[in-house]
Amino acid sequence: MIPLSELKEGERGVIARLNGSGIFRKRLQEMGFIRGSEIFVEKYAPLRDPIELVIKGYHVSLRVEEAAQIMMEKVE
Amino acid sequence: MKKEDITIALTGNPNSGKTTIFNNLTGTRQHVGNWPGVTVEKKVGTVIHNGHRLRVVDLPGTYSLTAYSIEEIVARRFLVDSKPDVVVDIIDASNLERNLYLATQLIEMGVKLILALNMADVAQARGHQIDADSLGTLLGVPVVFTIGTKNQGMKDLLDKVLEVVEDRDTVSRHIHISYGHEIEKEIKKIQDVIWQDPSIGERFSTRWLAVKLLENDEAVQDRARSLGEIGEQILTQAEASRGRLNEFYKDDAEMVLTDQRYGFIGGALKEVLKVSGKIRFDLSRQVDLILTNRLLGFPIFIFFIWAMFQLTFTLGAYPMEWIDAGVGWLGMVVTALMPEGLLQDLLVNGIIAGVGSVIIFLPNILILFFCIALFEDTGYLARAAFIMDRVMHIIGLHGKSFIPLLMGFGCNAPAIMATRTLESERDRLLSIMINPLISCSARLPVYILLAGTFFGASAGNVIFSIYALGIALAIAMGKLFSVTLFRGDIAPFVMELPPYRAPTLKSLLIHMWDRSQIFLRKMSGVILVGSILVWVLGSFPRSADLQRGQNVERGATSPTQERVISLAESRQPMSAAANEDDPQNPELNMEMAQLENSFLGRLGHFIQPIFAPLGFDWRTSVAVLTGFVAKEIVVSTLGVLYAGGADANEESEALRRSLRASGMTPLGAYALMAFVLIYIPCLATVAVIRRETNSWKWTSFSIGYSLALAWVVSFLIYQGGTIVGLG
Repeated sequence: MIPLSELKEGERGVIARLNGSGIFRKRLQEMGFIRGSEIFVEKYAPLRDPIELVIKGYHVSLRVEEAAQIMMEKVE
Repeated sequence: MKKEDITIALTGNPNSGKTTIFNNLTGTRQHVGNWPGVTVEKKVGTVIHNGHRLRVVDLPGTYSLTAYSIEEIVARRFLVDSKPDVVVDIIDASNLERNLYLATQLIEMGVKLILALNMADVAQARGHQIDADSLGTLLGVPVVFTIGTKNQGMKDLLDKVLEVVEDRDTVSRHIHISYGHEIEKEIKKIQDVIWQDPSIGERFSTRWLAVKLLENDEAVQDRARSLGEIGEQILTQAEASRGRLNEFYKDDAEMVLTDQRYGFIGGALKEVLKVSGKIRFDLSRQVDLILTNRLLGFPIFIFFIWAMFQLTFTLGAYPMEWIDAGVGWLGMVVTALMPEGLLQDLLVNGIIAGVGSVIIFLPNILILFFCIALFEDTGYLARAAFIMDRVMHIIGLHGKSFIPLLMGFGCNAPAIMATRTLESERDRLLSIMINPLISCSARLPVYILLAGTFFGASAGNVIFSIYALGIALAIAMGKLFSVTLFRGDIAPFVMELPPYRAPTLKSLLIHMWDRSQIFLRKMSGVILVGSILVWVLGSFPRSADLQRGQNVERGATSPTQERVISLAESRQPMSAAANEDDPQNPELNMEMAQLENSFLGRLGHFIQPIFAPLGFDWRTSVAVLTGFVAKEIVVSTLGVLYAGGADANEESEALRRSLRASGMTPLGAYALMAFVLIYIPCLATVAVIRRETNSWKWTSFSIGYSLALAWVVSFLIYQGGTIVGLG
């Protein structure tokens, strides 16, 4: 397992676990960050933070520190 | 049965096209206000359909109804307490899975629900085939297709609304989203306790209450607590149930419930959604690769912002001139038609000049808001936030806060209104509080006058340093407020980046007009009162000989009218030669005497001791007072008081000579510039802050802290400078 923030542009993975506070986890879950969901790392912002992700068919951005709370299984 | 007043609540995720549908349904018959007690926008409109009057309430766009964010609380409170006759959930059909999450919560609340699968064309273009009938049957909710941007499906939607309200619809039925044996057992236990008081079940769905209590929902817990004995029993049971589930699943119950809802949605979608396999060229994605490109992202962003300001201030200058001329003409006509005297003076120099000074901003405001609407509706605003977030995060703000702050350089009033694009109330308040520190264009004439008078060739650098001081203070205050006043509830930066879309002109215009209308209606009232107040303070008590000797051609005694003139001139400086006033001119000296004698002059003398440590004399103190109405007035007041020149502006040589002769030092002038920069920009801004925060507390805080900060900074500059020998 590696944190989402360590995935590079163009890589994908599957959510294994959400860490962090209750509100944060709940908010992410409601936006579709459910265990087993696939995430594609679309790109990093020009200043390397935040990250743009594709999940459940839509694009969403997360700060790097927040992405570090999402543990992933990498998919080749 | 004929029901005359039917209330429809529109819910939906952000970017689901909800606003477009609301605009399609209600057109111009809509009213924009605020939800009670919060800064969230409330839109209500009406539509007549088949002889029924339908009231449409546009609830804030939310991803969920958990009641964490203020938008969710507002939306939920309306659904629970106001009990709309029917709820229409607008769903982005090309993004069904996430959009249906909100629908599952609405189903659970037991409201009468209709799903509008919007952007049906986009979904189809992406190869999504949706079996609406099966979806409706599975969820027990009627489904209609709409294409908001093409105004299609609105009639179907309204027909369906009437069917559902009149119970003629055959699809609607109550379904339970099953959470599995363990959770269902606990839900039942909590429901059993709730049923002990039958009156609760009459008002709310007991299953919904039980689920919310399992989710540790604070709003529902508070309600339960207010029920006394039975409430305590309910809460005790809920706590026990949560404990058991926690032990069983090794995770919080609310997490498990969310998982299960997505599980339910996933199951439903397997049956109703077919996605054809071919991968299509995604234009939006390609565009985005350029617009948020590592190298090009910032230059393109800066170009757009530059273009916005160019458009606002170059294009806006023409209608501003016309309005300026129109206001001047009206003043002259009234002067010519009415007999000389107090009433004429009040009308011309108080009311026409005062209200004219607000109207003149209308072109700027219309254009600024049009640009913002364009950024918002195309989806670019989210990208701007995406690339700026790293920078704004330093002062504890969201990337989206950048644009309102930047707009402040033009005019703080629309800039503060633009904070409505921010989702979290915390960010909105914080941005509103620091926005006035961004030096607006109306303050420039003051800097030009003072820097030009006292700093000669280095005036440009001095003015630049004042702007820089404003930015530095905004950053410092932002940081300070975010670690003190606004601590704790920083929402995660989970921001959707919607596909780029071509905006509709209608939606852009409605967007622009909404904002501008609010500005005009509310601000003109405040400005009117404020201008009359300054006029009264400056005109009374009357010196006897003044009442006759007024020179109609020269016009103004009131500084407010000068504002209009100085505004035009600050953009197109006239030749200064026209303003070589003779300080010995008896009429002007009378004006000077009148102002010194007036309440305003006396007030200036009275408060001067407060400003003495900053190096201000009584005349400067008066100018600071009149500057509350608008900053340009500082120039004209200084003009009247120092040079006796009613038509003095920032380029006037006479005024400059008098200022230098008055004993004001460069250091004192710099302290005054800093003071003008920091204290509350103008009455219109105060009115906007009041409106946008919906709170006198925050409004007074904004006024109070900016005054205190202005005093302290000017004090440090003046006294510090004196100590090191600059004075």
